[in-house]
Amino acid sequence: MNGVSSPASARRPAGSPSRRPDDHGSGDGAGIFIPHLCHHPEFKPQGSCKLCTVKANGRYVSACTMPAKDGMEVENNSPDLNDKRRTMLQMLFVEGNHFCPSCEKSGNCMLQALAYELEMLTPHFTQFYPDRPVDASHPDVLLDFNRCILCELCVRASRDVDGKNVFALSGRGIGKHLIVNAESGRLADTDFSLADQAAHVCPVGVILEKRRGFAVPIGSRRYDVEPIGMQVERPATSGTRDEQA
Amino acid sequence: VVNNVETLCKAALIAVRGGAWFAGLGTKQSTGTKLLSISGDVESPGIYEYPFGVAVSQVLNDCGAGNAQAVQVSGPSGSCLAMHEFSRRIAFEDVPTAGAFMVFGAHRDMFEVARNFAHFFAHESCGFCTPVPGRHGTGRQLHGQDRQWPAVRNTTSARSSRSTACCTRPAIAGSARRPAIRLFDTLNKFRPAYERRLRSLDFAPAFDLDQALASARQMTGRDDPAAHFGLPPRSVGAES
Repeated sequence: MNGVSSPASARRPAGSPSRRPDDHGSGDGAGIFIPHLCHHPEFKPQGSCKLCTVKANGRYVSACTMPAKDGMEVENNSPDLNDKRRTMLQMLFVEGNHFCPSCEKSGNCMLQALAYELEMLTPHFTQFYPDRPVDASHPDVLLDFNRCILCELCVRASRDVDGKNVFALSGRGIGKHLIVNAESGRLADTDFSLADQAAHVCPVGVILEKRRGFAVPIGSRRYDVEPIGMQVERPATSGTRDEQA
Repeated sequence: VVNNVETLCKAALIAVRGGAWFAGLGTKQSTGTKLLSISGDVESPGIYEYPFGVAVSQVLNDCGAGNAQAVQVSGPSGSCLAMHEFSRRIAFEDVPTAGAFMVFGAHRDMFEVARNFAHFFAHESCGFCTPVPGRHGTGRQLHGQDRQWPAVRNTTSARSSRSTACCTRPAIAGSARRPAIRLFDTLNKFRPAYERRLRSLDFAPAFDLDQALASARQMTGRDDPAAHFGLPPRSVGAES
């Protein structure tokens, strides 16, 4: 994304807080923070969460799937874009059950961190209140499907890195949801293990390691310490793992 | 690859009669002819062929659409034309179309039409990206419209539909943005169809505090003024 940084920062509205971390960016190293959920530097860009929507040469595009070109003028941190991003966050919040105070991912959750970053004050929309049973069958991992934002990072990690195809999205439209690839649908009946990368990529609180939920107390977690917009690009969950190790 | 009968037929005709003949039809930017599949409130539905540039009003005359109030051109994802736009022309430079031409007579409720389209989009949506396809955006719109349907709410509801629609621009598929565009179209052009369903054209909160107290009043057997929330009485809200 080199070459983008200067127009993007030039377009940054005066007086807004700087969101420039030291040396990394949401894309690939322009040093500019672009909000995102489904993107992860170790995986092929997917472009589904749309949080990274920027204006490139006047058109709305997903930053993660749009290769930067020399001379491309990119608008990133503008009120217009942040309004849209905030609305999309609100949509994601009401689509699932995201009650941060009772969620053990609080503080390490990208959805929560972005809501703070983009100053989301209310969910605005009517809650969907999904009622999907949690899967506690696996000895080491708990799945709470009600928090899934359909980013497909676990799907991609399990398929592309672990070679196991444990997760998939099923259904369409409003009925789209995460499933476990086993006859029974239970995680215990797959070869999923805590050593899988898929166990550590969830940006929200769907895939939770058992008995480690509060190893790091709330208040000392990744996004408690420093806002997401100020942090260098690294996989959220590897950070979690470091902190918990 | 030619996998479209219309294109295949035109290619054959051009091969027989030459490019100049084809270019002589239609408008400068939209040469040749267009097949229109006309359906809805018309006397003679069917497939019609016109040179590009034909006015919507002429098409309506030819198919016997005497009392049309709206035409949906190019399917649910296309544009919805109201009466004052019937002089517009079918052409790439004005009203582009893949061929669908759906006519709505004066007796149709354009709010219902929009709602049907919203259901259609929600049903067809893949659910891939956040803003609209059936997951949030379309789902939201549906929700908004279904709520409007039983005849309450107010203009803020319409406004919030609008803000939802504004957010669809980042969506990946055209099918994601289209439902919003449709909503815009009907909202702008057929405002009375929406306003008929509104309890008030001014702001009215979606949550009726006084009504929420009704069960408490029933339980305590009270109905004195002090048991009512201090809002001026409203014609509709006061009923229950």
